[in-house]
Amino acid sequence: MRIRAQFGMVMNLDKCIGCHTCSVTCKTVWTNRAGAEYMWFNDVETKPGGGYPKRWEDQERWNGGWELDKRGRLRLKAGGKLRKITRIFANPDLPKLDDYYEPWTYDYETLTRAGDSKHQPVARPESQITGRPLALEWGPNWEDDLAGGPDAARRDPNLRGIEEQVTLDYEQAFMMYLPRLCEHCMNPSCVASCPSGAMYKREEDGIVLVDQDKCRGWRMCVSGCPYKKVYFNWRTGKAEKCTMCYPRMEAGMPTICSETCVGKIRYIGIVLYDADRIEEAASVPDPKDLYESQLGLFLDPNDPEVAAQALADGVPQDWIDAARRSPVYELAVRHRVALPLHPEYRTLPMVWYVPPLSPVMGVIEGRGAEADPDDVFHLIDEMRIPIAYLAEMLSAGDPEPVRRVLTTLAAMRRHMRRKNLGQEDEASDPEATRTLEALFRLLALARYDERFVIPKGHVEEAASVLSLQGSCGLDSAGGPGPCMPQTPVAPEMYDPPRRLLQIQRKDTP
Amino acid sequence: MSRSDVILWVIVPYATLAVFVVGHVWRWRTDQFGWTTRSTQLLESRWLTIGSNLFHVGALLAIVGHIVGMIFPESLTERFGMSEHMYHVQAVGVGSFAGFLCIAGLVILVVRRLSVPRVAATTSTADLVMYAVITVAIVTGQIATAGYQVLTDGYNYRETIAPYMRGLMVFDPRPSHISGAPVLYQVHVLSTFALYALWPFTRLVHVWSVPWRYLIRRPQVVRARRGTVRDGARSR
Repeated sequence: MRIRAQFGMVMNLDKCIGCHTCSVTCKTVWTNRAGAEYMWFNDVETKPGGGYPKRWEDQERWNGGWELDKRGRLRLKAGGKLRKITRIFANPDLPKLDDYYEPWTYDYETLTRAGDSKHQPVARPESQITGRPLALEWGPNWEDDLAGGPDAARRDPNLRGIEEQVTLDYEQAFMMYLPRLCEHCMNPSCVASCPSGAMYKREEDGIVLVDQDKCRGWRMCVSGCPYKKVYFNWRTGKAEKCTMCYPRMEAGMPTICSETCVGKIRYIGIVLYDADRIEEAASVPDPKDLYESQLGLFLDPNDPEVAAQALADGVPQDWIDAARRSPVYELAVRHRVALPLHPEYRTLPMVWYVPPLSPVMGVIEGRGAEADPDDVFHLIDEMRIPIAYLAEMLSAGDPEPVRRVLTTLAAMRRHMRRKNLGQEDEASDPEATRTLEALFRLLALARYDERFVIPKGHVEEAASVLSLQGSCGLDSAGGPGPCMPQTPVAPEMYDPPRRLLQIQRKDTP
Repeated sequence: MSRSDVILWVIVPYATLAVFVVGHVWRWRTDQFGWTTRSTQLLESRWLTIGSNLFHVGALLAIVGHIVGMIFPESLTERFGMSEHMYHVQAVGVGSFAGFLCIAGLVILVVRRLSVPRVAATTSTADLVMYAVITVAIVTGQIATAGYQVLTDGYNYRETIAPYMRGLMVFDPRPSHISGAPVLYQVHVLSTFALYALWPFTRLVHVWSVPWRYLIRRPQVVRARRGTVRDGARSR
């Protein structure tokens, strides 16, 4: 056993109102620059819908993620290493810019320059890549709120196989929001796809990053990621992705998408897991077992043996303490109300989702059902968002985990409702009541420091950040090229004097 | 041996090779961020798939052919029972094939680069200069191989140009070996020297980043923040 700590995120889809604030603040912070205009490290998709990029979930087309070979061993769906190398001149699985959208701006100058005229001046859209006028036929969130109607919704690969159960007629249409960012997987296929070894997972916190200095632009990560959350910067010729806002996280602050979430749907915390069993967990034969096998990797931070082993494996004590208060552990592992997105990709993703419940309650309350869990159980199968659909997304098509989560959530709501109305909850044992109320607190009331339990990074262990001074940012104005002044490199940048390290330690609380 | 011979066949080669070496050291040390293929596949994929595969396969074949042709002297191939004629037949055959792939790929890539607006928008001056020089090198090479050798009596470059190149490599330059060669060959050689000088300042540097280590590394890469890069570390 070798214990590592890993950041995870849980999103409560029940509370997502699809306002895109997360996407906008993320974009403003990270991808608001040339070459990255089309990138959304975080985006919110209306489901059912094709998503961004178009039909990203169709792995028969994009060959992202992992699969088992004939002998049951894990391998990249896009093929082995040799096969990858032969595709290096042109990657057949790479999405085109049009699968995302061509970024544009408007010719605002026309407005400010326009003189008196009979007609209103119009700012025309122009491509941010070519500068030419652009006929807008597709763009970010083009299908927001089911715009495009049933035809657009049918592009959703999750509807494959359950078409007859799902009707997209207006009266019976359903929709939900799915905010997406990099999953910071425990078994990342982007990292395994990168020929240059530029992509890596951080040992301390599990954040997956692209080393901009080592990336050589081979593009295999873009297609290798089944979530299509690695992007290619057309200007710098390098891959970029969600950074989990690591500069904020190292300082104990949540990611910008979580910080600014209006509905307070996001939770961040750490989990401890056994790094030696990752391959084993990702290799279970039946995709429907992947949810359980991933859960099996997580270790109980309150177990003294786990804590001792974690400490021995280099997890700092304050991180173990944080793991004990982790809302991600609570929601995903203890209460099991959060599910991983598309576990069948075998990447062991670490952004988990509480499936949306609201329409179910409409059914339950409308019928005035006696909500003993069995009754809820039956009603849940009649809800507007079909369980089969949620299961396609969150549990490799197995309806049971989704049904169980929704039952738990419905029972929680029912209990709290009766409590508020002063009705006795007959036949409830105190243990179950405590659990439901703890869950309610976490999902409905949890304050900032309960939703975000983020231990600070241990800067004193890091290599000197001074060595990074003066190195290129992502957004050097002239695109790629030497962007720093050509000063001789001072040796202390690579091998900092002890004095500098002392100062750094002093600054670390 | 005239002064111009010395300039063209001694000074220019060594100057461009010096730029090649020093330029690479400079670029490697100062511009890891810019060291990339700068692929435009995201912007246009269909023509790139055809053109890039043709060009790269052709170029690799041609490079291997040149190395073999330059390094193995005539005496060696003859010892293995390959006559001058046999050698040329296979060289013309393989060389023409490689040249054909290269030129077909290059035409597609150049036309694409100039005519697809998105790709044109990302094209730099260095790209254009490099394309021009590469075109000259490849076209003269192809004419020399397929045209000169087939249509005329041929020119045995293995007795002149190859020894001249070997001389350069061991710092024993013999300009007289090449000063008498047909102009076509001379232009071919000079254009490749120009390419060496351009190399470190263009996207051609991606050639040195052929990811051969990918074949032997473990799938996952985990780095500890202590700053050590543990490529292929135990991660699973």
